[in-house]
Amino acid sequence: MRQIETAAITKAVKEAAIAANYDLGEDILAALKRGEQEEESPSGREIFRQLVENAGIACNERVPLCQDCGLAVIFVELGQEVQIVGGDFEQAIQEGVRQGYGEGFLRKSLCHPLTRANTGDNTPAVIHTEIVPGDRLKITVVPKGGGSENMSRVHMLKPAEGRAGVIEKVVATVKEAGPNPCPPIIVGVGIGGTFERAALLAKKALLRELGSPNPDPELAALEQEMFQQVNDLGIGPQGLGGRITAMAVHVLMQPSHIASLPVAVNIQCHSSRHKEAVL
Amino acid sequence: MSKTVKLNPPLIDKDVEVLEIGDRVLVSGVIYTARDAAHKRLVDLLAAGQELPVDFKGQILYYVGPSPARPGRVIGAAGPTTSYRMDSYTPTMLQLGLKAMIGKGKRSPEVIAALQQYKAVYLGATGGAGALISQCIKKAQVVAFPELGPEAVHRLEVENLPAIVINDCQGRDLYELGVKQYRRTTDTRMEPTVCR
Repeated sequence: MRQIETAAITKAVKEAAIAANYDLGEDILAALKRGEQEEESPSGREIFRQLVENAGIACNERVPLCQDCGLAVIFVELGQEVQIVGGDFEQAIQEGVRQGYGEGFLRKSLCHPLTRANTGDNTPAVIHTEIVPGDRLKITVVPKGGGSENMSRVHMLKPAEGRAGVIEKVVATVKEAGPNPCPPIIVGVGIGGTFERAALLAKKALLRELGSPNPDPELAALEQEMFQQVNDLGIGPQGLGGRITAMAVHVLMQPSHIASLPVAVNIQCHSSRHKEAVL
Repeated sequence: MSKTVKLNPPLIDKDVEVLEIGDRVLVSGVIYTARDAAHKRLVDLLAAGQELPVDFKGQILYYVGPSPARPGRVIGAAGPTTSYRMDSYTPTMLQLGLKAMIGKGKRSPEVIAALQQYKAVYLGATGGAGALISQCIKKAQVVAFPELGPEAVHRLEVENLPAIVINDCQGRDLYELGVKQYRRTTDTRMEPTVCR
């Protein structure tokens, strides 16, 4: 058994939370630069220009990319040959979030759902842990903004609605969202599983490198079809009208019950932030 | 043809009437912030017959919950939040004399009608450009509800804060028009864009 100290986990989460909020990923930045060239709408090109400039200021001046520094969603892949020592695993992650959001001057955006009282330290993070083969621990910190999360939906389709029904729901969800989730967006789609699994697949789909093809040809074709239809909506950057509403559609799929066809659409704003650490 | 207009609050009817959807505005001077929790507090105070901490007559309200300022800095990131969550409070705020709101995203038909009734405008700033927009903010001070943290009401002094007129006081909606211009159906996909 390989041992990993909880202190190392806390440190990794803290650093990833800060990095995610200040340093936009190369893949996203490249897509924004491409949009500045390719968008037909003049106001859309101006938005892309501002977003590229924003990423530069965030990185150089150490101002967060967005004031909504997100609810920290943490994906963990825990190797089955790893033993966590020195404390409570989940508490170590929460402490990393607490320290990252405090020391990183990040906005604390969590509150009691009913009284709306702020929890004060951006905890608790939402943690998804998977046990995998090996002796490594991979932690991905995904600060998720509220604006785009609010526009996300889970649809429980009838199996008769099929592939066409799935496409229709994804497009309708983006259409309904319009300018609200800060387009240009990334659309994460989870198909199959159960009610909650579809939503998790949709969120996980967002983590794939922007611009990388889906390794499954069936899903790659489905993504292409949805991508075209979403961009035919004309919503454009910030909803001002334009060709680029989505920079990508990413799909993950798994078998569902014979009675069900769950489809989840998790919308990600252009400020798509995630950083991973491998211990 | 859209124009660029400089706005310096407090605003009067005349300042708002010239604004049309698609116009670019540059806001300079004092503006106030409020988002979900602050709106609820303000409307609750009104309902209880109490005085508000800010006189909103002629003012511009920015829907933002900034991130904390680093030591020596004015403010953290400060881009707009999604406006529809404030819709139910907005007619009341307009009744108080509020002249403009800065946010992002769609407003309700009730808000669009109230903009006409009270002669006010809704402006869109670039969502997710919080670092860029923060550079237009020269001073920031919490003036009400400090216990709300990022949701407190701030008084901001801004210079040339850029925004676009989304809903003017004639009931028009830039989001609707812009999308119509670029929407494609399956039949028109291969054809050149009609109007640009």
